[in-house]
Amino acid sequence: MPFAPVIVKIYLIFSMNSIIDGFIKSFSLIINLDKELLGIIFLSLNVSGTALVISTLIGVPAGTIIGLKRFPGRGFIISLLNTFMGLPPVVVGLFVYLLLSRSGPLGFMGLLYTPSAMVAAQTVLAFPIVASLCHSAIVNVNPIIKQASVTLGATPYQVATTIVREVRYGILSGIIAGFGRVMAEVGAILIVGGNIAGYTRVMTTTIALETDKGNFELALALGIILLIISFLINILLHIIQRKGRLKTAI
Amino acid sequence: MSLELVVSNIYKSYDSKSVLRDCSFSFRKGETHVIMGHNGSGKSTFLRICALLEAPDKGEVNYLSGSNILRKDIVLKRRMTLLLPGVGVFNATAFKNVAYGLRIRAIKREEIVERVNRILEFVGLIHKKNQNALTLSSGEIQRIGIARAMVIEPEILFLDEPTASVDQENTEIIEDIILKMRKEGKPIIITTHDKVQAERLADRLLIMQNGKIIS
Ligand SMILES: Nc1ncnc2c1ncn2[C@@H]1O[C@H](COP(=O)(O)OP(=O)(O)O)[C@@H](O)[C@H]1O
Ligand SMILES: [Mg+2]
Repeated sequence: MPFAPVIVKIYLIFSMNSIIDGFIKSFSLIINLDKELLGIIFLSLNVSGTALVISTLIGVPAGTIIGLKRFPGRGFIISLLNTFMGLPPVVVGLFVYLLLSRSGPLGFMGLLYTPSAMVAAQTVLAFPIVASLCHSAIVNVNPIIKQASVTLGATPYQVATTIVREVRYGILSGIIAGFGRVMAEVGAILIVGGNIAGYTRVMTTTIALETDKGNFELALALGIILLIISFLINILLHIIQRKGRLKTAI
Repeated sequence: MSLELVVSNIYKSYDSKSVLRDCSFSFRKGETHVIMGHNGSGKSTFLRICALLEAPDKGEVNYLSGSNILRKDIVLKRRMTLLLPGVGVFNATAFKNVAYGLRIRAIKREEIVERVNRILEFVGLIHKKNQNALTLSSGEIQRIGIARAMVIEPEILFLDEPTASVDQENTEIIEDIILKMRKEGKPIIITTHDKVQAERLADRLLIMQNGKIIS
């Protein structure tokens, strides 16, 4: 019985050591700009960034139309977007997998287990966030903005672009939130990308895999980078939201 | 070239609440008209209908050029403007706010810069041209609204209670601006509930009561 605390202590020292060891090795990976590490980071940013650009190009116009126009089925679309916003990435991964798998409707394109499939899955994840936050930014704009632009002679299209410009910080917040979601997710990208080393292996899937194998250095190094990225995203979001709040300054 | 506005027998209600009843008036060219009345008498509604922002339930609003009745399209709408009681400045600099009406008319950059600077000088806000308009005082915002409307050189300018939420100093500045425009023969239609102001500014005074023009 009196030995038990000592054993626990010894165990703790050993495991602490392996954690500290992991940290030291992971820092040296980052500082030495390890090739494998850089490749993984680059692919992550590339896949998530491309998905975000596509989501923005479709999501902002879609959110704008839903925000400004009244048409049958509009309420249904809004509910659908909100549902998709909260959908677990694995479920989205499964949908996209079924679409792209050899027997699926888009199977002929041969995209499964390629970065393109990962972009597609992350676009499905980010699009509802971008569109939905763009929509809510637009419906919450003070109606006097629309009236003012009409009184100054704006055409309906010019009124729409004026409102989009007015809520630009809200829309930007939506885009950044979408980026945050896709950078952090594992489920979708793992299912459709397959986590193939040097080809479809990104930060989050590497962390999951390497941790499973007990290789903490690479996992920790990537974890630190992800933490930094997420920190930067949040600072950016904070700055943008503060700028947007000018609107209520009077 | 010049526009004449004839309003005949207009009616307007919102959800069965009658707001305007049988309003008719011919606005003469080049005169400053002041519409006076208590809160809720229908002044703003009348102004919005005159400025073609809303359609009446019954009756007609016609713009005449010579003896032609003009079509109520964007071309006609761009020949007038209405300054809303809340102005509605955009989240942008004072300069960009004033430039708005010119930008959407695809006017050349150099001309925009020149005209906007001239108007900002006229309303006494040139030193604030790079400040975000939302951070200006309510009197300054009202003056930005006037500048933003004037810069497009409207043939008819509607001002809805331009001094309602403004301090004494800015009220005087705004009244001076209006008197200067009046001297230049710009047709202006103003609403107010301030009798002294109405008499100070008007060539022609209309009194509105319970949705009717009574004189
Ligand atoms: N968009 C609207 N919807 C419903 N009621 C309105 C609307 N605009 C004005 N009203 C009503 O019409 C009446 C006259 O309003 P308004 O024209 O703003 O008067 P005034 O400008 O003279 O104060 C008020 O009772 C107001 O509540
Ligand atoms: Mg009013």
